[in-house]
Amino acid sequence: MTKMIATRDAYGEALKELGGMNKGVVVLDADLSGSTKTGVFQKEYPNRFFNVGIAEQNLIGTAAGLATAGKIPFASTFAMFATGRAFEIIRNSVCYPNLNVKIAATHAGLTVGEDGATHQALEDISIMRSLPNMVVLNPADAVEAKQCVLKAAEYRGPVYIRLGRSGVPVIFDESYKFEIGKAIELKGGSDVTIIATGIMVAKALLAGEDLAKENISARVINMSTIKPIDQDIIIKAARETKGIITVEEHSIIGGLGSAVAEVVVENYPTKVVRIGTMDTFGESGNGDDLLEKYGLTVENIVEKAKQIV
Amino acid sequence: MKLEQTACQIRINIINMLEKSQSGHPGGSLSLAEILTALYFKEMNIDPSNPKWEDRDRFVLSKGHGAPVLYAALAERGFFPKKELDNLRKVDSILQGHPDMKGTPGVDMTTGSLGQGLSAANGMALAGKIDKKDYRVYSVIGDGECQEGLIWEAAMFASHYKLDNLTVFLDYNGLQIDGTNKDVMNIEPIDEKFRAFGWNVLKIDGHSIEEIIKAIDKAKKTRGEPTIIIAKTSKGKGISFMENQVGWHGKAPCAEEACKALEELRGRL
Repeated sequence: MTKMIATRDAYGEALKELGGMNKGVVVLDADLSGSTKTGVFQKEYPNRFFNVGIAEQNLIGTAAGLATAGKIPFASTFAMFATGRAFEIIRNSVCYPNLNVKIAATHAGLTVGEDGATHQALEDISIMRSLPNMVVLNPADAVEAKQCVLKAAEYRGPVYIRLGRSGVPVIFDESYKFEIGKAIELKGGSDVTIIATGIMVAKALLAGEDLAKENISARVINMSTIKPIDQDIIIKAARETKGIITVEEHSIIGGLGSAVAEVVVENYPTKVVRIGTMDTFGESGNGDDLLEKYGLTVENIVEKAKQIV
Repeated sequence: MKLEQTACQIRINIINMLEKSQSGHPGGSLSLAEILTALYFKEMNIDPSNPKWEDRDRFVLSKGHGAPVLYAALAERGFFPKKELDNLRKVDSILQGHPDMKGTPGVDMTTGSLGQGLSAANGMALAGKIDKKDYRVYSVIGDGECQEGLIWEAAMFASHYKLDNLTVFLDYNGLQIDGTNKDVMNIEPIDEKFRAFGWNVLKIDGHSIEEIIKAIDKAKKTRGEPTIIIAKTSKGKGISFMENQVGWHGKAPCAEEACKALEELRGRL
C-alpha cells in the first residue's frame, strides 16, 4: 500500500527541521498556519514565526525587508493569494532586487477542493515563471517536497514552491537527491514522452503502466523545476520519442505545457499536447471528483498518448 | 547653521540632476531636503565606506519617486562620486529612476511602487528586534501614498509587533498628481488614522531641522509603538515658482527654469 502524504505536510516537517539547522530561517503566514503547516514551525520556534494576518501583500513585503537584513524568510499562504494578491510585491520587492525570499504556497490547483474557484490557483506557475530571478518548484511527493524546501533555503535568491492540500502517493525514497533545475526520468520509454509535474506525476506513472499493457513504450519524466527548466531532457525526449504529453494541475496556458512547448519549438519541433485545465475556472467539489471532471486523469493521459503514437 | 546649508546644497543637486536627466520628480524631492539632511548628516549611524554594514541604521524611501533627494544626500555623504548625479535615469546609470538597492551604494531597499517600502521597512525593523540589535529604521512615505491599502497593512503590522525601532516621516505636502489629496482622495484625518492604528503621532514643520531632530529624539524614547512624524512640507520647497504647485510633481525643469531655480538657491547658500 503506497503511503499518501500531502506535500504541505512534508513542508511543515521540513520547516521544523530547517529551523533547527539554520537560525536565520524565519517563517511568515497570513492567518493560514493551520492549513499551510507553518504552524508546525511556530510550535517549535515561536520567536521566529510571524503572522501578518489576512494581508498577503504585506506578507511578501515584510519578507523582503527581513531578507535585506540577512534572514531567510519562508512566506506561506494559499497559492491563489500568495501569487495573485501579492504578485506585484513579489515582482518589485522580491524578484527585481533579487532578495532571498522563499514563497511556499499551499492549496494550489483544483484539489483545494470544496472552497471552489476563487481559491483554486490555476495560473500560479504561469505568472511566477514569468518573473526574472524566480525559481519555480513543484514537487511531486512528500520526499521531494522536503528536499525542495531544504534546497530552497540553500539557494541564494527568490524561490516559489507550489504545494498541495491532499495526500499524494510517495514516489521517491530517501536515496533520491533533488537538484534545482534537474528533471528526473522515472520510467524509460521510446514511443511517447509524458512530462508531468506535482500531483500529476503519480498519475503519469500509472498512465505509463497502462500504456505498457498496450505495448506502448512511454517515457515518464518528473519535471519538478519549472524554472530554470531542464532543456536537455526535453530536447532528448523530442528527439527520441514521437511526441510529448505534458500534465499539470494548472491551466494549459502558461504553465508546464507552455514552458515545455517553448523549448521544443525552438530546438526540436515535435508535437506537444498539453493536459491541464482548459482555460477555465474550477468549481467546488471533492478534489478527486474535480480532477476527474476537469480531465486530469490517467485515462486522459493514456488517450492523448495514444493519439501521438 | 551647517545643516541648513547642506539642505540647500541638496536642493541644488536635485535641480542639477533633473536638468541633466530631463526626467524625474522635483516637487516631492525638494520637499524632503531637510528631512534627508537631518537623517544622513546628523542622525543616522551609517558608514559610507561600508554601505552594507550589518549594524547600520536603515533608510527606506517608500515614496521612491523622491529618488533625487536620496541620491543627492548619498552623494554629499560620500556613498558614491558626485559626478554620478549627472547620469540620473540614463541607460547604464547607477542611479535608476526609482531607488535600486542592487545598483546604488547606500540604498537600503528597492522602491518605487508605492506602499511596498513601508512593508519592507517593517521587515528590517523586525529583523532588528529578532537579533536584539540597536539599529534604527527610518522611512519616508507620501500623503498620496497613504491611499495605498498596503500602507495600512504595514501600519497594522508595525503596531502589532511593537516596532518602536521604526520611525516614519510622512511628507505631508497635500498634493499628488491629479490635484490635491483633498480633491483626489481624501486621507484626512491622517493623524487620527495613524493614532487609531496604534502609532505614536508627532506633528512638525517638515522644513525645520530643529523640529525634525527633536521629533526623532522623541521617537527614539518611545517604547512599544512605532512613531510617525507628520511633517508639514511644501512640494517644490526652495524654489518660488515650484512651491506648492501640482504641476511640478513629475516635470523636470528645462535649462532656463533650472537656471532661475539655481539662482534662487545659490542666493541662499
